[in-house]
Amino acid sequence: MAYSEKVMEHYTNPRNVGTLDKDSKSVGTGLVGAPECGDVMRLQIEVDENNVITDAKFKTFGCGSAIASSSLATEWLKGKTVDEAMTIDNMDIVEELALPPVKIHCSVLAEDAIKSAINDYRVKNGMEPIALPKSHH
Amino acid sequence: MELPIYLDNNATTPLDPRVLEAMLPYFTTKFGNAASRNHAFGWVAEEGVDYAREQAAKLIGCTEKEIIFTSGATEADNLGIKGVFEMYQDKGNHIITATTEHKAVLDTCKHLEKLGAKVTYLQVKEDGLIDLAELEAAMTEQTILVTIMYGNNEIGVVQPIKEISAIAHKFGALFMTDATQAVGKIPVDVNADGIDLLAFSAHKMYGPKGVGVLYVRRKNPRVKVTAQMDGGGHERGMRSGTLNVPGIVGLGKACELCRLEMDEEAKRLSGLRDKLESALSVMEESYVNGNTQHRLPHVANISFKYVEGEGLMMAMKDLAVSSGSACTSASLEPSYVLKSLGLSDDLAHSSIRFGLGRFTTEEEIDYAIENTKKAVNHLRDLSPLWEMFKEGIDLSKIEWAEH
Repeated sequence: MAYSEKVMEHYTNPRNVGTLDKDSKSVGTGLVGAPECGDVMRLQIEVDENNVITDAKFKTFGCGSAIASSSLATEWLKGKTVDEAMTIDNMDIVEELALPPVKIHCSVLAEDAIKSAINDYRVKNGMEPIALPKSHH
Repeated sequence: MELPIYLDNNATTPLDPRVLEAMLPYFTTKFGNAASRNHAFGWVAEEGVDYAREQAAKLIGCTEKEIIFTSGATEADNLGIKGVFEMYQDKGNHIITATTEHKAVLDTCKHLEKLGAKVTYLQVKEDGLIDLAELEAAMTEQTILVTIMYGNNEIGVVQPIKEISAIAHKFGALFMTDATQAVGKIPVDVNADGIDLLAFSAHKMYGPKGVGVLYVRRKNPRVKVTAQMDGGGHERGMRSGTLNVPGIVGLGKACELCRLEMDEEAKRLSGLRDKLESALSVMEESYVNGNTQHRLPHVANISFKYVEGEGLMMAMKDLAVSSGSACTSASLEPSYVLKSLGLSDDLAHSSIRFGLGRFTTEEEIDYAIENTKKAVNHLRDLSPLWEMFKEGIDLSKIEWAEH
């Protein structure tokens, strides 16, 4: 299967690879997937006092589409408020990266990672976690 | 050196130019039907087929009459297993095979289970070899066939064929082997090895696609298989259908070249394979899969822990290799062969198979080593698992959200 140009581009030049201090109160960390399934994404956000995401970092174990999906997600997250970030839908990622049907689960994982990072941030700061719909799998 | 570099010779091999040259006249001037007995066009085609049959027979140490041409190894596996099951149903209905066989064998056995066959799927040991005591314990009076592959397509391990056939014969069963990866690469002799049926195909040994062989023993014992393709009674009635003359001629030429050049080629390839393997296995957390003593000379299967195979292959973009990972929503299951060795799913997902071949050069191997190392390091920089491993976190203690 050939990869789309956008997947190749993100894969070759991944944005925002790295690690934020997971113990910091202003950082939310989402770790989703499982090694046995061949995909693990760790996505982190740093949120300022105005509820704006000032930084986002990721590391992903997975195929090219999984890496590209998380790279794209970090790009989209920066500058958004947490509420705006909640509205990112996996199908937006599918569309942007032109993912084929067999790779849709990579975008689902990226959406899960975003929501899981937001919830980690919320819980750390004394807010209720947002109830998440069950994973699409 | 041209890029990309082809290191997937267990999937298929390029056609040797000498094979192509031998085939060409049989597409044009020598186009006859080998079954046309009454004119020169037929005779010329038949001569080509006879020559090929002789070469195929010489390569595996049998007689010409024991060679049945098929469309490939998949058909040969089907014909051998289904043909024996039908022919020997009065004697019994039990077949023994192994979990690491090719799908052409496994799915054929599954099909026969629906028709009343009892099939035992032997587990393999950690190194990919079957346990002979387990085989012996599985044998019954009902056992008509033991079918175990010669060399494995994913990890290259070579089974103890002589010992396996001796056990099968001790219990009065026939022994068949799918030798697709072994024939032409290492010496295979049906008499020395005690083989009753053997399948192989041309395109894994620098011949064309679409042609293969089923060897069927004619003496001690005389083996018969029920035809699975009915028609004009070609190939001693076991496989009807006009012979694919250009393909068969190509297979014959490929067999001849392998017989003449195998020793030297195997030595050269195992040297290159060892170079590749030792350079890559010194990397931290990399593991060679399968037995490293009993194996084919041209295959290396290595797991690079904490990186995922498909992602890794994308980074090795100038190398054509294959991975035990299957990252698709249809099947998140990694290679069943690697899992049979007891490899955890994450290591199976992290595996790369390098398949060297006749046209692989040392320069290409040097390039492959550098390219692979770079790719592994790049992906480990991206891998959260690698980071956790480096921090000393025990990944098996983490509760992963399985999806």
